[in-house]
Amino acid sequence: MTDALRTTRRVARAGERRLDTESQEWCDALSGTGHEHDDAVARLHELLLRAARFEIARRRHELAGTRPRELDDLATQAAGDALMAILRKLESYRGDSRFTTWAYKFALLEAAVKVRRRAWQEREVPLEDDGWALLADRRGAPDTDAETGELLDAVWRGIREALTPHQRNVLIAITLNDVPIDVLAERLSTTRGALYKTLHDARLKLRARLAADGHCLDHLRGGRTP
Amino acid sequence: MSTPRPPAMNAVLRGLLGPAGPELTCERCFELLDRYVEAELARRDADADVPGMRAHLEGCPACAEDHDSLQSLVGSGRRPHD
Repeated sequence: MTDALRTTRRVARAGERRLDTESQEWCDALSGTGHEHDDAVARLHELLLRAARFEIARRRHELAGTRPRELDDLATQAAGDALMAILRKLESYRGDSRFTTWAYKFALLEAAVKVRRRAWQEREVPLEDDGWALLADRRGAPDTDAETGELLDAVWRGIREALTPHQRNVLIAITLNDVPIDVLAERLSTTRGALYKTLHDARLKLRARLAADGHCLDHLRGGRTP
Repeated sequence: MSTPRPPAMNAVLRGLLGPAGPELTCERCFELLDRYVEAELARRDADADVPGMRAHLEGCPACAEDHDSLQSLVGSGRRPHD
């Protein structure tokens, strides 16, 4: 890297947000050369490996029966991929958070995606009919009152009539059959973002259809609490 | 007035219909996740700081898991009120 490029980087960062001392040290070291750079890369890899192991430990139940050595291999792969991504995207770090927080998210994402894919590698994505069956089960459940049953019927009709086949498949796979979006993206040779756009569009159409049919959805607000 | 529905039923319907308000894309969510989590851990108004994030986390199970992991990892290494 040339001195001019390093200077440009520092000026760009300084113009965006003042970094805390530790984050500045990480950026300087990773943007540097020689021993300083190599040492920073090694320390960053250690940090990412700890984060990847943390994520895999949280998700161990998804990989029941997998040997500890394989789990650690998965963590090592995730840390390596995260390291590459971070070095590629170092320019985009703007100091909105501490450098370590920014870096952790790459390792956690890589580890989570690897675990989801590994957990599903021997499994087929459930068919659309399985999702319909689940909805039908809920429709017939003893705790489903008449009003809820009516709303479920309307949702069912809306999915069949208002959505394209692709939107229907994606919506049912992710929301009823609990297929992880990263697994579905891999099977369909697309990305999480592209699939979520499909899901989002499908939900908008479905909501519009239900509203046009006079259904009130206000009671469904607020799934997660801060 | 609507009859209260069982939580499981509401969860199924919420999953199908997603959040009502504007939300971030998965790409923007990833870009802003570290900022959002640090705001949460510092007890600042993270939702005002990153509009559309909470709605996205309600609608996207994978991004919600990524959020929970980052919050847990960063939070576990942080002193109270740090």
